[in-house]
Amino acid sequence: MHEIGLSAKNLYVSYNDKPAVKNVSLDFASKQVTALIGPSGCGKSTFLRSLNRMNDTIPGAKVTGEIWIGDENINSPKTDVVSLRQKIGMVWQRPNPFHKSIYENIAFGPRYHGIKNKKKLDEIVEESLKKAALWNETKDRLHTSALALSGGQQQRLCIARSIAVKPSIILMDEPASALDPVSTAKIEELITELKQEYCIIIVTHNMQQAARISEKTAFFLMGDLVEYDSTDKMFTDPQKKQTSDYISGRFG
Amino acid sequence: MMKAKTVDKIATAVIISVAAFIVILLAGLLGYILVRGLGHVSVDFLTSPPETISEGGGIGPQLFNSLFLLFLTMIITVPLGLGAGIYMSEYAKPGRVTDFIRLLVEVLSSFPSIVVGLFGLLVLVNMFGLGFSLFAGALALTVFNLPLMVRITEQGLKSVPREQKEAGLALGLSKWKTITSIMMPIAIPVILTGTILASGRVFGEAAALLFTAGMSSPRLDFSDWNPLSPFSPLNPFRPAETLAVHIWKINSEGLAPDAAEIAAGASAVLIITVLLFNLVARWLGRLIHRKFTASK
Repeated sequence: MHEIGLSAKNLYVSYNDKPAVKNVSLDFASKQVTALIGPSGCGKSTFLRSLNRMNDTIPGAKVTGEIWIGDENINSPKTDVVSLRQKIGMVWQRPNPFHKSIYENIAFGPRYHGIKNKKKLDEIVEESLKKAALWNETKDRLHTSALALSGGQQQRLCIARSIAVKPSIILMDEPASALDPVSTAKIEELITELKQEYCIIIVTHNMQQAARISEKTAFFLMGDLVEYDSTDKMFTDPQKKQTSDYISGRFG
Repeated sequence: MMKAKTVDKIATAVIISVAAFIVILLAGLLGYILVRGLGHVSVDFLTSPPETISEGGGIGPQLFNSLFLLFLTMIITVPLGLGAGIYMSEYAKPGRVTDFIRLLVEVLSSFPSIVVGLFGLLVLVNMFGLGFSLFAGALALTVFNLPLMVRITEQGLKSVPREQKEAGLALGLSKWKTITSIMMPIAIPVILTGTILASGRVFGEAAALLFTAGMSSPRLDFSDWNPLSPFSPLNPFRPAETLAVHIWKINSEGLAPDAAEIAAGASAVLIITVLLFNLVARWLGRLIHRKFTASK
């Protein structure tokens, strides 16, 4: 049994009093990939964005319930959101590298969090880029603009950027949906690599992707968590009719 | 019924002729001012002081006053405008109060400039005892320029993609650090371009300055750079006639025999300066964008 990396209890999210996620409780194992699937607008992305309190920045969003990392409920008003977010990395659908050099994209976070030593920063940059399988492609152009990279490279850079601040959890919101199949394959490979160290929670619209890379899958429908089980079981023997309808492509 | 293609052709023709009309009108205006004025512009004209009744006066002090007043105005408005713009874009909670503030800012920017000038005369010049001075003029110009700066900053920040901001926050950066280090570099070309364009308005303003910065300058001593001395060009509390005010004054009450030529020359200089602002704004915006994004 894997250790629990993050655990949501009775999470309820609304936008301007319209419910988007209703009373969802989910445990995420560390060193595993958990996929969140469901049709558009089912609340899976909203749920994901609640886990690092990113919904705080959206006017009208309200998140109630508990989110536990270890013995800390991070959805409490007392939580220091800024230091919390250091523990939870995030990767978006569209690659969003900073408008800075490749090196700065990675070094910016660690430097802000107190690492001033140039040599140490160099090491972090190299290590993060290696982990993100981007080192060989970028080592000779670290000080050129990150915006000149291809979409797939940018997305791996964003993953490298988030692991550079040493999180224990990484949230991914459809990280490959804007990429071509080759880049997608690379990202998936990378995710499989990264799960040896991190608790990865990934939102995806791609059933095959969920089946390929995740250990566990949660199916959301209209703000409700319909079913949550091991990915094998979800794809071969789902317990609920809605789940099997969705997975087999009968709707959504 | 007409065919869709015919309608399309007519619409295109109408739009092109309207555009051409505007371009010709503007080009004609600009050409008229430049042709009339440029012949009179020389280094001597740009540097020598004006003459009251004899020929051959220049616009040196006026040009200096205009630039110095612009500088003073920007020193006041840029920090305030940036601060207020960042607040409006990133900190203000949407709601009635914010909408009200925004409305006030809009109203402020559309004040008739003569009203601002008279307000400046009553409050700044008389009540606060600033007298006709560059400082009073700069404060009056702040009334127009501040709303522009707030709006420019706000728009600049709003144009930054949301994911950029979220990426900063998700790394555990504070809100302030995210704004200054992640969002500002992306917004700055927009803000800078807007600021320089706004400077053009300040540079050409006359009505608000008639009764604040005044319609005369002391005999400036360009060798005296002590800002406290009354004849120093740098003294912000001395009266200062700007270029635009000078044009208005010699056109309406100029006694020099070459008053018309001087007004034409000064107008050409004014227009060319504003044109330069626009060109510099574009060039600088592109340069900074390239520098910050390290792209080619």
